[in-house]
Amino acid sequence: MKPAPFDYVAAQSVDHALTLLAGEVEAKLIAGGQSLMPLLNMRLGRTDLLIDIGHLEELNHIRIDEEGRLVIGASVTQADVQNHPDVLAGWPMLAAGIGEIGHPQIRNRGTICGSLAHNDPAAELPAIAMALDAVAEIHSVNGTRTVPVEDLFIGPFMTALAEDELLKQVVFPPQQEGAGWSFKEFATRPGDFATVGVAAQIALLGENVSDVKIVVFGVAGSALRLDATEASILGRPAERAIDIAVSELEMEIKPAEDIHSSHLFRKELAVELLKESIAEALERCL
Amino acid sequence: MKNRLGRTLNTPLSPPYSESSAHHEIQLHVNDEVVTARVESRLLLTDFLRHRIGLTGTHVGCEQGTCGACTILLDGKAIRSCLMLAVQANGRTIRTVEGLAVSDEKLSSIQKAFHEQHGMQCGFCTPGFLMSLSGLAEQGGPKNDAELDDHLCGNICRCTGYVNIRRAARQAMDLDAVESDE
Ligand SMILES: Cc1cc2nc3c(=O)[nH]c(=O)nc-3n(C[C@H](O)[C@H](O)[C@H](O)COP(=O)(O)OP(=O)(O)OC[C@H]3O[C@@H](n4cnc5c(N)ncnc54)[C@H](O)[C@@H]3O)c2cc1C
Ligand code: FES
Ligand code: FES
Repeated sequence: MKPAPFDYVAAQSVDHALTLLAGEVEAKLIAGGQSLMPLLNMRLGRTDLLIDIGHLEELNHIRIDEEGRLVIGASVTQADVQNHPDVLAGWPMLAAGIGEIGHPQIRNRGTICGSLAHNDPAAELPAIAMALDAVAEIHSVNGTRTVPVEDLFIGPFMTALAEDELLKQVVFPPQQEGAGWSFKEFATRPGDFATVGVAAQIALLGENVSDVKIVVFGVAGSALRLDATEASILGRPAERAIDIAVSELEMEIKPAEDIHSSHLFRKELAVELLKESIAEALERCL
Repeated sequence: MKNRLGRTLNTPLSPPYSESSAHHEIQLHVNDEVVTARVESRLLLTDFLRHRIGLTGTHVGCEQGTCGACTILLDGKAIRSCLMLAVQANGRTIRTVEGLAVSDEKLSSIQKAFHEQHGMQCGFCTPGFLMSLSGLAEQGGPKNDAELDDHLCGNICRCTGYVNIRRAARQAMDLDAVESDE
């Protein structure tokens, strides 16, 4: 199908985009268009004005700041991040997770910030950004605020972004030295949206787990940080981590049933992926 | 006067068109030629290529990014032309399947491999595969089968079962010396 009519403006700057967003006309930002265009084409969504920010050089930065944090601007594509040497060196989970998003032809246009703003419950990036403790820098004509991404995701396809706000960049803090990571997902075919996925990061002190972050997606309305499962293995011996985590996980998640899979299948997948990802993260610990 | 939806007819129906942003003058490079046109905001790049400038080699299967039939090169990278607006191509460089052959007599190495390995049946998906692989070649080609398959996965073929397509792709990408896990 074809989209319903709309006006289109290629923003000249972030300020220009913010002014248009704050205006009377009902407007939507477009970055890579890899989620928005299918919705407009299928007429599942419509807007009166599209404000394009995908071409803005002002937002096209991947850099490491003075505090060693990775800063990714809103027009940076997933493909650019996936292959970036600084990302591969310091945030390998991010690069690995992006490799699971759709296909190269999609990643050549789709952006990191667009995926966070879209918050598909089956998307990789919201879960990874949560596991890596990323922070969103949000702008509007009224000012700037920074929000831990964890507080951004409020439900399926819903975020805490107001209608006049633009996610300007996302900031990933430096990752703990020696921590091991793992990203695992199950998708029906390679390139499909995942049914369930797990992002895990674990650090050890001697034989015991000294730090742990586990985020699952595909089992709730949006990516879910496993607070109880994390607490259950913190300070415990690494060799018992998988057993303890699995019994805790079974109580912590309550996946829903939908056309893609039953709740039992989702739970089983979460358990298997959790086992695999804890094992892999522990192997990668230095 | 009101229409059935209760809107006043002398105000524009949705959206509130502004002359400056409902239509756009664009200029772009398509297959090494400069093209200028005036396009409506909502015109998809696929439809611009097919209906406005007659390059019907770019096919349309799904218009939601899944099938890959509409794949083209945008500044050398393989992308879906159904998920881009014509106005967004302003100032950009585009290559479509019509721009692959070196001349009428001389096919590109990727086209030649598809011909030799018979990498098609109905041919509907073929332009998309050729463009995805051309994008991969422009990035230096795949290091291994896994990387090649990652690109091939982005295109759907409903006829062949992919065996000959993969053979053709491996030939074109010089992976034939590498052991196949076919
Ligand atoms: C065939 C196909 C397969 C895919 N497979 C996957 C997959 O496996 N996993 C996955 O995670 N994704 C997948 N995607 C989606 C893809 O990752 C998108 O790129 C991503 O979800 C959105 O990024 P975008 O830049 O394209 O955003 P757009 O489509 O441009 O925008 C998406 C939404 O976010 C808003 N938005 C965009 N940027 C900003 C910003 N800076 N500030 C505020 N709001 C903003 C827009 O207004 C819109 O509502 C797939 C897409 C396709 C077409
Ligand atoms: S028509 Fe563009 S991907 Fe199917
Ligand atoms: S040859 Fe018919 S769809 Fe591929």
